[in-house]
Amino acid sequence: MTFDKVKAIIIDQLGLDADREILPTTSLVKDLEADSLDAVEIIMAIEDDFDVEIPDESAEGFQNIGDICAFVDANK
Amino acid sequence: MKRRVVVTGMGAITPIGSGKEAFWNALKEGKSGIGPITHFDASEYATQIAGEVNDFDFEQYIGKKEMKRMDRFTHFAVAAAKMAVEDAKLNVEEIDANLFGVILGCGIGGIGTLEKEHEKLLNKGPRRVSPFLIPMMISNIGSGYVSMQLGAKGPNTTVVTACASATNAIGDAFHAIQRGDANVMATGGSEASITPTGIAGFCTMKAMSTRNDSPQTASRPFDVDRDGFVMGEGGGILILEELEHAKKRGAHIYAEVAGFGMSADAYHITSPAPGGEGGARAISAALRSAGIKPEQVDYYNAHGTSTPYNDKFETMAVKSVFGDHAYNLVINSTKSMTGHLLGAAGAVEAIACVMSCYEDFVHPTINIENQDPELDLDYVPNVGKAKVVNYAVSNSLGFGGHNATVVIKKFVD
Repeated sequence: MTFDKVKAIIIDQLGLDADREILPTTSLVKDLEADSLDAVEIIMAIEDDFDVEIPDESAEGFQNIGDICAFVDANK
Repeated sequence: MKRRVVVTGMGAITPIGSGKEAFWNALKEGKSGIGPITHFDASEYATQIAGEVNDFDFEQYIGKKEMKRMDRFTHFAVAAAKMAVEDAKLNVEEIDANLFGVILGCGIGGIGTLEKEHEKLLNKGPRRVSPFLIPMMISNIGSGYVSMQLGAKGPNTTVVTACASATNAIGDAFHAIQRGDANVMATGGSEASITPTGIAGFCTMKAMSTRNDSPQTASRPFDVDRDGFVMGEGGGILILEELEHAKKRGAHIYAEVAGFGMSADAYHITSPAPGGEGGARAISAALRSAGIKPEQVDYYNAHGTSTPYNDKFETMAVKSVFGDHAYNLVINSTKSMTGHLLGAAGAVEAIACVMSCYEDFVHPTINIENQDPELDLDYVPNVGKAKVVNYAVSNSLGFGGHNATVVIKKFVD
């Protein structure tokens, strides 16, 4: 499941507890205290894992994790 | 009237033990921290041994997320700094944080991170290079992170003089307090260069011992069969504090920093100036800065790398500065046990000097099986000894001809 894999990547990259609440509506920056560098690295890890290219313009438009997953599903 | 600078806390993470107590006890016992390299597969390398830190739990001091955002040299710096602050019982909320600074030494910086990201660049292209590469690898980021983690908003720099870095850092921190730019300084150094490229580079220079079959006896300063240095890794941090500030908060005082001196060989990028004349000038400058005569020094902690040239020239330097008194000194090399911690060496060696002044005991130089007949001073071979230490001198010499010497004094109010 795309969402579960993306959630696992985010938990790993941000060093969060495994049972941290992460929903499609969760925002990396607003809810998980990711900074701009964290966000770039998370997108890279997702690109690697799903073998998908996420252009910067698309990445800048993501408001929450649901948006990321939707992009991945549409392009993988 | 010059402000006096004292040592009120120490932290260390080293191949022979971590924490001030464990480190100092291991030094007194003559314990070697050298073993086969395990951080990577060194089977194709001329040197397959090093002083690694393999038993330290960083997560006591650094969160999981921060750990990932730091190169290993920063792990050492931050954890040792937190240990030192604990040891000093320093509470940042109770002091003026604007007058609490950090000056650390680091020779190479985040070479491990650079290697990993460079591999990604070659295999996957530039878009895959981590956005954290730059802030992880730059040598100053250890000081940056320490200031963030401690809330230290005072003077903040990193000093880079190769193997003299930490001694230079301690000197700069000492001066910052003397000048009144700070009341408290976290200083020392860290290094984590036991990596494929780091070891390869030092190997092809033929600077390191290849005594792979007997790692624990490879670092043998002043021994006739010495064949090069053994690399170590780790971090050492001292909390320096202005004396009245320390007394006012009831701080425990270990020793005093009495003086600091430096010089340049202006000779060669790696070989020391013949006769150790550059190092001798740094020692003399340090003694002048402390306002003492050579005869007042009891203990000399050598740079003592275990290379054929260093140990010989350093001995000549000591004789040229101290004259006949050289034969009254006790001299040792901390590197005989820890290996050469590069940018952290000066820090752990300063800690040894502080503890010697504090406890009137000098640790041994281990592995002196056949002392080089040309080197006829008292290097405290193999077994440590009690000795009253009023003044200790620690000397560090770096590639590029950087010489730095700090004078530590027994604290007397």
